[in-house]
Amino acid sequence: MTNVATKPVRRPVGRRTGVSKPSGWWGLAFIAPATIGLVALYVWPFLSTLLKSFQDVPAFGPATFVGLENYTTLIGDGDFWKAFQNSALYTLIILLGIPLAVVLAALIEQVGRGRAIYRVLFFLPVVTLPVAIGMVWRFIYNGDFGLLNYVLSWFGIDGQFWVADPRFTIYAFGVVGIWMGLGINLIILGAGLQAIPKALYEASSLDGAGRVRQFFHITVPLLSPSIFFVTILSVIAALQMFDLLFIMLRGVNNTALTDSKTIVYLFYEKAFVQFDQGYGAAIAIVLLMVIMIATALQFRLQRSWVFYG
Amino acid sequence: MKRKWIAATAMAVTAGLLTACSGGSGDTPTNEKVTLTYANWSEDQSPAMKQIAAEFEKTNPNITIKVQTLPWPEYWSTLQVGAAGGTAPDAFWMLADHFREYAKGGQLLDLSDTVKSNKIDMSVYPKPVSDSYTYEGKIFALPKDFDTNGLWYNKALFDAAGVKYPDDSWTWQDVQDAAKKLTDSKKGVWGIAAPIDSQGGFYNTILQAGGNIINPEGTASDFASPAGIAGLKFWTDLQAAGASPTLKQLSDTEAVSMFENQKVAMYTSGAYWALRFYKNPDLKDKVDVAPLPQGVKRATVTSGIGNAGYAGSKHPEELKKFLAFLGGTRAAEIQAATGTVLPAYQGTQKPWLDSMPEFHLQVFIDAIDYSVPLPVAGNASEWQGLAPQFLTPAWDGKKPVEQAAKEYQDAVDQVLAKQ
Repeated sequence: MTNVATKPVRRPVGRRTGVSKPSGWWGLAFIAPATIGLVALYVWPFLSTLLKSFQDVPAFGPATFVGLENYTTLIGDGDFWKAFQNSALYTLIILLGIPLAVVLAALIEQVGRGRAIYRVLFFLPVVTLPVAIGMVWRFIYNGDFGLLNYVLSWFGIDGQFWVADPRFTIYAFGVVGIWMGLGINLIILGAGLQAIPKALYEASSLDGAGRVRQFFHITVPLLSPSIFFVTILSVIAALQMFDLLFIMLRGVNNTALTDSKTIVYLFYEKAFVQFDQGYGAAIAIVLLMVIMIATALQFRLQRSWVFYG
Repeated sequence: MKRKWIAATAMAVTAGLLTACSGGSGDTPTNEKVTLTYANWSEDQSPAMKQIAAEFEKTNPNITIKVQTLPWPEYWSTLQVGAAGGTAPDAFWMLADHFREYAKGGQLLDLSDTVKSNKIDMSVYPKPVSDSYTYEGKIFALPKDFDTNGLWYNKALFDAAGVKYPDDSWTWQDVQDAAKKLTDSKKGVWGIAAPIDSQGGFYNTILQAGGNIINPEGTASDFASPAGIAGLKFWTDLQAAGASPTLKQLSDTEAVSMFENQKVAMYTSGAYWALRFYKNPDLKDKVDVAPLPQGVKRATVTSGIGNAGYAGSKHPEELKKFLAFLGGTRAAEIQAATGTVLPAYQGTQKPWLDSMPEFHLQVFIDAIDYSVPLPVAGNASEWQGLAPQFLTPAWDGKKPVEQAAKEYQDAVDQVLAKQ
C-alpha cells in the first residue's frame, strides 16, 4: 500500500529540452534572492571565519597570519575540553528526550477531541521568550525557595542547588532543553504518525496485538524516518546550546558558570568578551566539524534502524 | 518592455545606494547643518541624555544630536564592529576596562587641545577617573560620572539584634563581630553578603590591607602577598563563620536581592543602588549607608563612565564642541537632578544628595579622597573573568586562602604577560 504512494513519479523527459537558452538568464534572476542571501549570510561569513581562524585578530588594526597556532592552543586548552564535555553531556541528555517525544506523540494521537489543546500546550515553550523561560526555571531550580525542592521535600528528599552547583547544572539545563524542544518534535512526529495507515492497526488488533505491541511493531518502525529527522535536528541544536547558559548563569554572578560553559558559550566569551576573534573563529570551525561528524555518523547508523516503507 | 523596467529599477536602487554611501563627505564649515549620534547603554539614563542633548542644541542650532540606546550585551560588540568598519557613533560612553583597547587602536578622538582651548579644568573630576581616560599623556574622554563603595545596612535588622549602627569609626573587626551577632539562622537572616565580588568586595579589602591589586606597571598581580591574602580572608572568614549566605545561595539569589529582601543586614557596594533602594517602599525608611570599614587604612576602588568621541567621525569640530559640553557643569547638573547617577563634576552633586535626604549619601563623595582607580591593565576582561574559577574553593572552605590566592595570582599574571 505504502509502496504505491511513495513510488516516484516519472518526469516527462521531453520537457527538459524545451527550455531555450536565452531564458537561462531569467532562471538566474529567479534564484538570485535566495543565492545572494545564502552567499551573504552563510558562505561569506563562513569563509571569513575560516580565514580568521588562521589569524591573530586584534580588536582594531590589521590581522596577522599565524597558521595553525589557534588550533594548537585549542588542543592544549583545558577550558575547551571541559566545554566540549559539557556540550556532549548536554547533547546526550537531549537525546533521551526523543523516546519521550515519540511516546507523547503516540499518546496525543490517541486523544480524540482536544488534541489541539495538547499540541498548543507543548508548543508554548517554543514561542515563549527564552529570557522568560530562563527566569521561570531559575525560580524553579532555586536552592532555597525553588518549586522543585519544595516538591522534593514532600517525599523527604533533600533539595540541591540545581543551577548554582556545577555538579548538577548541565543536567538541569538538559531538562529545560528537552521541555523546550518537545513542541517542535511533537509537530514533526505527529505529522509522521498521521501518515501511518490506520488499516495496519486494525489488521494487527484482529491478529491479537495489544497497544504496546502495536507501538513497538507498527508505530516505531513506520515513524522511524521522522524520528531520524528529529534526532538530527536535536543533536545540532543541542551542540549549539548557548541561550540557557547566558540567561540563567551570566550576569547574576553565578559561580557555577566556570564549570558549566558549553562550546558556543566559550566561543562567545573568547570572541566577544575577550576580543580574541581568531581563537573564537577556531572554536567555531571545530564546532562545525563536530556537528558535521555527528551528523554523518547518524546518517551512517540510520541504515540499520530507519525503515523507509 | 518589462525587462527594461526592471533594469531601470535596479539602476535607480544602485544609484541610491551609491549616493547613500557618499553622503556626508566634504569639508565641514561651521554653519552647515550637522547631525551627531551619541550612544549609551542605559534605558534609565536615556531621558537625561536626551535632555542634555536638547540643552546643547539650544546654543548650537546647526547641530542635531541623536541619542541612541543599545542594550548592554550588544553595546560593546556593536561599538567595536562600528569602529572597525567606520560606522561607529560620533560620541559614546566609554568604560575604563575597554578604554585602553580603543585608545591603543587609534579609535578615539584626541581631546587634549579641546581641553586647552576650552580651558577645561581637569581637577574638577575625581583624579582616579580622569586618569583612567588618559593614554600616553593624551586625554581621550571626559569623566561623566563616578562611583565609590560604601557599607549599605538595614537599620531594622540592626535594631532587632541590638547592634549599634555602623559609622565612620568602624574597623574590619567591628564588621566581623556585627555580622556574627546579626546572623539569625532560625529567621534566615545573615549579617552580611560575602559573594566573590571584585569591585564592591575584595578589591577594596586588599587595598585597605595596604596591598595592590595589580602593580603600578600593570605587569603582575598582588593577590598572594600578605595584604592580598588578608584582603581575601576578610570575606572567607565571614563565609567560614556562617555570617553570610553561601556562594551557592548567592548564585541563586544575587547579593543585592538578598539585601532588598532583608535577608542580609549589610552589603558593601556602590552608590548606584541608592535610587533602587529609595524607590522601594519596604526599604526607604530602613536602609542607610556608612563608609567602608577601615583595615590598615581607608580605601575604595572607583570607576566612572567617560564621554569619548570616535576618531573616524565626519564632523570632528562639532563633536569636540559637544564633548566639551558633556564634560561641563550644565550636563552634570542635569544628571544630578534626575537622581540616577553621581556626576563626576565637582560641586554638582548636591541635587543628587538632596533627592534622597534620608540616606547619608555624602559618604560616597567623601570616599573620593581615599579612592583608587579600578585596575584595568592588559586584557582586563580576560583576567577579571578568572576570579570565580580560582576563588570559589577558598570561599567554600575547600582550599586554604593562601593556596587559592597563589593559583589565582599565577593565572592573572599569565594573562598580563601576554600583552
